[in-house]
Amino acid sequence: MGAIEVRGLVREFKKGPRAVDGIDITVAEGEIYGFLGPNGAGKSTTVLMLTTLLPPTAGTATVAGFDIVKQGAEVRGAIGAALQEAALDKFLTGREHIKLQGSLHGMKGAELKRRGDDLLERVGLTDAADRKVGGYSGGMKRRLDLALALLHNPRVLFLDEPTTGLDPQSRTALWDEVARLAREDGVTVFLTTQYLEEADALANRVGIIDHGHIVIEGTPAELKASVGRSSVEIEPHDAARLGDLERTLAAFGTPLTMRGTSASIRLNEGVSDVAAIVRALDAEGIGIHQLRLREPTLDDVFLEQTGRSLEGSGDDEDAAE
Amino acid sequence: MSTLALQVRVLSERSVRRTLRQPAAIIPAIVFPIMLLFVSAGGLQAAQNLPGFPDVSYFDFALAVTFMQGAIFATGGAGTDLATDIDSGFLNRLSLTPMSGAALVLGQLGGAIVLGIFQATCYLGAGFIGGASIATGIGGVIVLYVLVILMAIGFGALGVAAALRTGNGEAVQGLFPVLFVLLFLSTINLPLDLIPIDWFRWVATVNPITYLVNAVRSLIITGWDWPVLAAGFAVAIGIVIVGIGLSAVALRGRLQRT
Repeated sequence: MGAIEVRGLVREFKKGPRAVDGIDITVAEGEIYGFLGPNGAGKSTTVLMLTTLLPPTAGTATVAGFDIVKQGAEVRGAIGAALQEAALDKFLTGREHIKLQGSLHGMKGAELKRRGDDLLERVGLTDAADRKVGGYSGGMKRRLDLALALLHNPRVLFLDEPTTGLDPQSRTALWDEVARLAREDGVTVFLTTQYLEEADALANRVGIIDHGHIVIEGTPAELKASVGRSSVEIEPHDAARLGDLERTLAAFGTPLTMRGTSASIRLNEGVSDVAAIVRALDAEGIGIHQLRLREPTLDDVFLEQTGRSLEGSGDDEDAAE
Repeated sequence: MSTLALQVRVLSERSVRRTLRQPAAIIPAIVFPIMLLFVSAGGLQAAQNLPGFPDVSYFDFALAVTFMQGAIFATGGAGTDLATDIDSGFLNRLSLTPMSGAALVLGQLGGAIVLGIFQATCYLGAGFIGGASIATGIGGVIVLYVLVILMAIGFGALGVAAALRTGNGEAVQGLFPVLFVLLFLSTINLPLDLIPIDWFRWVATVNPITYLVNAVRSLIITGWDWPVLAAGFAVAIGIVIVGIGLSAVALRGRLQRT
């Protein structure tokens, strides 16, 4: 049995669409599973159900071998979670958070102190441990959040958009720690994210969710290979020639989403098309300001499956989440 | 120590720390009632010459009102803190631990009790500075503190119930003016018999706040008036029961965890 087994999970909200509409997921022990999708796709609702905070409308799921509906307390004892936004009390210090949460988990005395000190050191907060959290940076809050999620040695860790709003350095540090947890401690990680590179860098497998449905699932390499062809993005010297550029490019592949001043296509034949494109543009008198050749990304996978780009899509769909 | 007791203790500690670290929330709860005491004692001093008015200064008579205002501040404090926890997701964090719902409510009231005791001490100090004395002596002060704690729990629980029901700090603060209107429709300014307007006297008679004011006031100016104290304690305990009951119902709706 996997660390997480989900079958036909559904969540409906009053007067709203199905936020999660019959999803199936299996996550193996020690695996990092990336759950990718735009805002409002159903990622956070899924996490709330799997962490027992929201009862499902239909379907079944087990986490760490326990049923999320019938064995909620056992599930909570086996999991750690850092949910969207670091939910901390700005009036308490980092160490006071550790003490509060550890005590509620039944930890006490020397065991709690040792474990807390160890985790604070591991996330680089030893020096800041006695400062009130209100003065922490976003990255520090996220790291404390992670330490709190790990305090009681959970077997399964849920991270809901853990790096949203973090600077690149803090994001990389968090990725390293999550990867280490799975690699060295055998912790199963269920990671939701909007960031393609995050899923690509961390996840052993990725599931892409859109409008409550899982549209595709596999390793990042498998998913990108499923798209197959490379794409090219060209920015003309003269922005007024963008329309001409698009018409010329259309002969060489499938148009992709526009980025304002440039045109993109998925190449019919691959890299070998590029020379022909350059010749065609030269013949039309369209100067090239920039040309970028791109290998398939997870965004391309999302585009292929849904007809939309993941980046920036769904920003108007927050209500469903 | 049982698991529930331990959970209540750590959540109370957190609530107390949080309360003490918000001077902006504590200072008005202390300064405002004391200011109002001195203002009303100055402005309404002539009332002590009314036939039937107790044989004390108006300042001594009005001192009881500060304790009631303090209790109303407890409503806002406990409720607003919990609403903040709901809004920030901190309640979800706590819900992922084996914390029981009862521990959440009782722990939240810890800060309200500490604030209530601190406020009562300040009000008594202001009263002594203003020349008041406690007719029931040291025993009466102890009973007064017990009543203050009950009121902090009861009114705090009403705030907690509002927070759990709405999850909104502004909605909790909305209780504040409602309770203040109830306070002004009680015997805070005059004894019941001296209220000249019939409807006002009727409202004050059925208003439970009246019995709390009268009980506190009796300890300060009358001496051991057992029927008045019994009525006051009955109302305080009633508010505790209603507050905790409403909190328990609201908790079931708020904590949907399986």
